[in-house]
Amino acid sequence: MKKSKNGSSALTAAEMGARQREISVSEFFTKNRHLLGFDNPRKALLTCVKEAVDNSLDACEEAGILPEILVKIEVVGEAQPLPSPAQATRFRITITDNGPGIVREQIPRIFAKLLYGSKFHRLRMSRGQQGIGISAAGMYGQLTTGKPVRIISRISDRKPANYFEIQIDTRKNEPIIHKKNEIEWEHARGTQVTIELEGKYQKGRASVDEYLELTSIANPHATFVYSSPEGQTIRYERTFSELPESPREIKPHPYGIELGMLLKMMHDTKSHWLSGFLTGDFSRVSPRTATEICKAAGLDPHAHPRRIARDQAEKIYRAIQSTKIMAPPTDCISPIGEKAILAGLYKEIRCDFYTAATRPPAVYRGNPFVIEAGLAFGTGNGSQAGTAKNTALAEGESHEEDLELARVIRYANRVPLLYQQSSCSAYKAVLETGWKNYGIGQSRGALPQGPLVVFIHMASVWVPFTSESKEAIADYDEIRKEMKLALQECGRRLGTYLRKREHAKSEYNRRNIFALYIEEVAEACGRLKQGKMDTDKLKKQLMKIAVRKTGGEKTDELLGRKKDLEDEMPHSIIITPDGPQGEIPGIQGA
Amino acid sequence: MAKAKKPKDVEARLISLADEVIAAAKANRDPAFLIPSRTLSNVNFNTKKGIIEMGKAKQERSFFNTGMAKKFMQTMLVADALSELQRQDLTTSLREIYYRTKHTIQDSHENTFDSQGESDPIVEDLEVGLDALREELHVRAENTGTIVGPLVLVDDGDTIDCTRLGKGGYSVPSIVEPDYIQIKKCTADFVLLVEKGTQWNRLSEDKFWKKHNCILLTGNGQPPRGVRRLARRLNDEHKLPVYVLVDNDPWGYYIFSVVKQGSISLAYESQRMAVPDAKFIGLASGDPEEYGLPRNVGIKLNDKDIARAKEIMNYPWFQKKAWQLEIKHMLASGLKYELDSLANKDFRFLTTHYLPKKLKSKKWLD
Repeated sequence: MKKSKNGSSALTAAEMGARQREISVSEFFTKNRHLLGFDNPRKALLTCVKEAVDNSLDACEEAGILPEILVKIEVVGEAQPLPSPAQATRFRITITDNGPGIVREQIPRIFAKLLYGSKFHRLRMSRGQQGIGISAAGMYGQLTTGKPVRIISRISDRKPANYFEIQIDTRKNEPIIHKKNEIEWEHARGTQVTIELEGKYQKGRASVDEYLELTSIANPHATFVYSSPEGQTIRYERTFSELPESPREIKPHPYGIELGMLLKMMHDTKSHWLSGFLTGDFSRVSPRTATEICKAAGLDPHAHPRRIARDQAEKIYRAIQSTKIMAPPTDCISPIGEKAILAGLYKEIRCDFYTAATRPPAVYRGNPFVIEAGLAFGTGNGSQAGTAKNTALAEGESHEEDLELARVIRYANRVPLLYQQSSCSAYKAVLETGWKNYGIGQSRGALPQGPLVVFIHMASVWVPFTSESKEAIADYDEIRKEMKLALQECGRRLGTYLRKREHAKSEYNRRNIFALYIEEVAEACGRLKQGKMDTDKLKKQLMKIAVRKTGGEKTDELLGRKKDLEDEMPHSIIITPDGPQGEIPGIQGA
Repeated sequence: MAKAKKPKDVEARLISLADEVIAAAKANRDPAFLIPSRTLSNVNFNTKKGIIEMGKAKQERSFFNTGMAKKFMQTMLVADALSELQRQDLTTSLREIYYRTKHTIQDSHENTFDSQGESDPIVEDLEVGLDALREELHVRAENTGTIVGPLVLVDDGDTIDCTRLGKGGYSVPSIVEPDYIQIKKCTADFVLLVEKGTQWNRLSEDKFWKKHNCILLTGNGQPPRGVRRLARRLNDEHKLPVYVLVDNDPWGYYIFSVVKQGSISLAYESQRMAVPDAKFIGLASGDPEEYGLPRNVGIKLNDKDIARAKEIMNYPWFQKKAWQLEIKHMLASGLKYELDSLANKDFRFLTTHYLPKKLKSKKWLD
């Protein structure tokens, strides 16, 4: 090799040492932006909108405010006239909320310092987790357009709004403030973020439009107003006026802690005793449990945690795993709830049948979580109307139903997941559910067939994503099992609905068939008899027999109302030709 | 005379279906017809007469039954179309019956018939249900049979001398009842019914009928009603023996049995069409050996062939010892032979060697 031949190319330790230097997170990001969801221009546009909207929703809910979020995307550029949205490469996004606002001192760091945030260091269910999102979005804009992030925030109508233009110093991971002043603002309270970035606007799957539609389904308590780059304004109205219950913050459960984290916690703890550390810094560790752990580890409960950290942390770690500890509290999770899911699905998806189920809380690796599922089924034409072709069929043609596959919509802490469907635990759970049991077709290893939307939500203090860009839920057995149970619960209700509909339909068809054929039979008789008979009378007589043979009034009842809907199918809505039945969410004002 | 009377009678029978519907409706009951079932289970082999006969089992076809409603409606439509033929004194094909009765039902997207496969069995239902022959219903099949030989026929007043029709021969119509076709003269000694058109052509080209004074008849595969009925008439009216020449495979055996004893689906027609003393002249399983055909012109029996052969072995009319041996022989060899394979020896092997030898030795199966 080159090195051995020519001594001058070898480096001395000193030279090598001189080359070593700190890598800032921001620098790291600029080289690895795909990790955070900025792989390509189209996804980057979506990610920026998503991070800003997620932050707004989190802020509103924490402050107990029903969210009202404006999303605006505009085409920008030097060329005049501006390119069409489909052709444009540069956009300005503006997200405005009615949240609590941000105090002036915090604004620069929140928007221009990576890994700065309120959410990483606590275990509390929220959309954001690491404090990367919005500052990464701002940095992406800065890297692609050179423009600073602009922020307006106001915390009360008695105070002026603060206006900031900030950039991020990518080497130091510190904000650079370009401009800051107090301004007049038409909103009494809230925050507005404006980012200019390179992107690509394209409708369809995994677009900003789909993201907002799906977000609105899982957040029916929020109103979204979307001004698209094409100049349309779409309103996603609030249909549910209760705020989700505010989730409680919890301490980590010992089972969910890894060795490194344990070491760090032992260093940082304020306790002087090991037993105190265990009871004070974890949830579900009573003094008795703490003594048990110490005993199992062969350590003195009065030892200093920092000393243990150095020498015997691994012993503690193993002792924790072998000690029986109560499952973590689960009241820290705020699921969407069946009613709200129904409201969301009903509002955004036109179907004939809706149902939703919320599972009781469960635990994976010491983290409590709740799985919720929902189904929306049908073409939205009411129960009877088929989608028959409007022409007479020729030989060889048929009214074959096309094998449309179900659409799976996935959520984690109310945030829609738009990418990497196939590696997501939720998607696998849908595949593994036996849909045939519920009257839905399914090929081996494929999604169920039919006009079906499958909704799956995982709410947790810590959602295990497969990557930092938060696109797919990691495949833990406990999680997938809960997902399947939720899907099965919904599936059973769908099955009941389909069976009932089929029954009513077959009675209806039976009568229909007779009525249809009576015409033909009577006319044929008339022709055979060369007009020497009363065809109309024959039709009436035959019709009378038909009604008698198809159960008369009983069929009418079957076709109409179902009294026992509530018992058999809780948390469901059925659309009949006479209108919807079930828990129809009222359109409640804010 | 008979010709003028019969159609009226058939029309009356068709109209009786409408009468049943009207009477049932008036009495507030479900209209229904009885239709003899045309299945293997409803077929008996009459050993005395040597023909397959239809049993007495009947199926009820009623209107107010979800499974049958459509068929009932279709039956009425076909009856209507058939009565139209009677009134206008026209004959037609099954295909035309299908088109005539097909339309979209009012206020729906449903067709009365989706394919001819639905209307054909209904015509057969009416044949058996009303005890009317297909020709009486004025429905004809395609002319797929051909005849040549010392025979003079009269068809629609035209005299046809079957010795003067070149290689092509006369195309046998599907209706050959005496009302339509008269046999004016017949001097032949026997009838040779050949399964395949190709072999019939060979024999016709070689003027086999001249040398052996016979009538050459083919149905191009499964012989149609006209061919079978004509063979029967020649057998009946002119006492001609009928020899059947088919491929050596299970389908060939069955074709022979249809000519001889009648078919399962048209069991009600056996009385009129079967030729109980017909003889199986070949190709028999022993022939390849006897006539020195090499093994490599045989074709391996496939699974379907084997299953069919075993099925045929169980039919009551194949229970003669010679037949059981014949089928077993084929199964044991694992091979089947086409008539065409005789060309391996010589193009005219069939004409000059095989048939003369067979006819002389009278080695055939009954």
